[in-house]
Amino acid sequence: MDISNVVNLIIFIFLVALGYFAGTAAEKKHYRSIKEREKKFLGMPAVTIEKAEDESGIADARLVCGSVVVSVDYYKRFLAALRNIAGGEVMSYETLLDRGRREAVLRMKESAAGADMIVNMRLETATISGKANRKAVGTVEVMAYGTAITLKR
Amino acid sequence: MPEDEEPRAVEFSDMGILLTNIENVPGKTITKHFGLVAGSTVRAKHIGRDIAASFKNIVGGELKGYTELLQESRKQATLRMIQQAKQLGANAVVNVRFSTSSITQGAAELYVYGTAVSVE
Repeated sequence: MDISNVVNLIIFIFLVALGYFAGTAAEKKHYRSIKEREKKFLGMPAVTIEKAEDESGIADARLVCGSVVVSVDYYKRFLAALRNIAGGEVMSYETLLDRGRREAVLRMKESAAGADMIVNMRLETATISGKANRKAVGTVEVMAYGTAITLKR
Repeated sequence: MPEDEEPRAVEFSDMGILLTNIENVPGKTITKHFGLVAGSTVRAKHIGRDIAASFKNIVGGELKGYTELLQESRKQATLRMIQQAKQLGANAVVNVRFSTSSITQGAAELYVYGTAVSVE
């Protein structure tokens, strides 16, 4: 075992540790902010059905959208790579997509300020491929869009 | 022409045409169909953003540079669709759908399509 292998191993362990501590802290912070903002928007439901109201009561309808690109940290990427060997549920990517979707929906609602509800909401997920190496997987773009409805007062 | 006095969405407000992703425009009747209109754009990412993103990939979280890039591109695709609709003489586009596909590493196509209509 020559010295460069040892250096590589040290760098790898450092990145995993950094990903674990910084990534977990960032995720907790993100979830806190998501929960806080979700409470704020409880009065503006987003539904996937096309019509929720009698048409005569609608004053305005417009297209709104919100999107976010989120990436998984180095530690979770490592866990997912291990999981690929054994198969099964990849928990570390589930939280990534959950965060992304909730954030996208919240951004959509933020851009619909003043509306009463959002109908026909659609969620679109796309992988953003990174560099040629396979470590770059784990970056997704989530986009939420729908029609914001404002009711007549 | 659509009434412009109503406050509209931040992102699509300045485009001068009514957009919805449901089959009609509530409160208005469709008088004429013009068929499918679409807009697309292919964007590659910036090398500077790529370097910043690869650092961010270690700790995870939102890649703001990419979010902005994709939003800008989507806006451009939407503008192209609207241009096409205006040329046809439509004043609204209904049933708008968005789709994204990555073509090669670092390039993505953003596609927007809908049905151009005339509403009253």
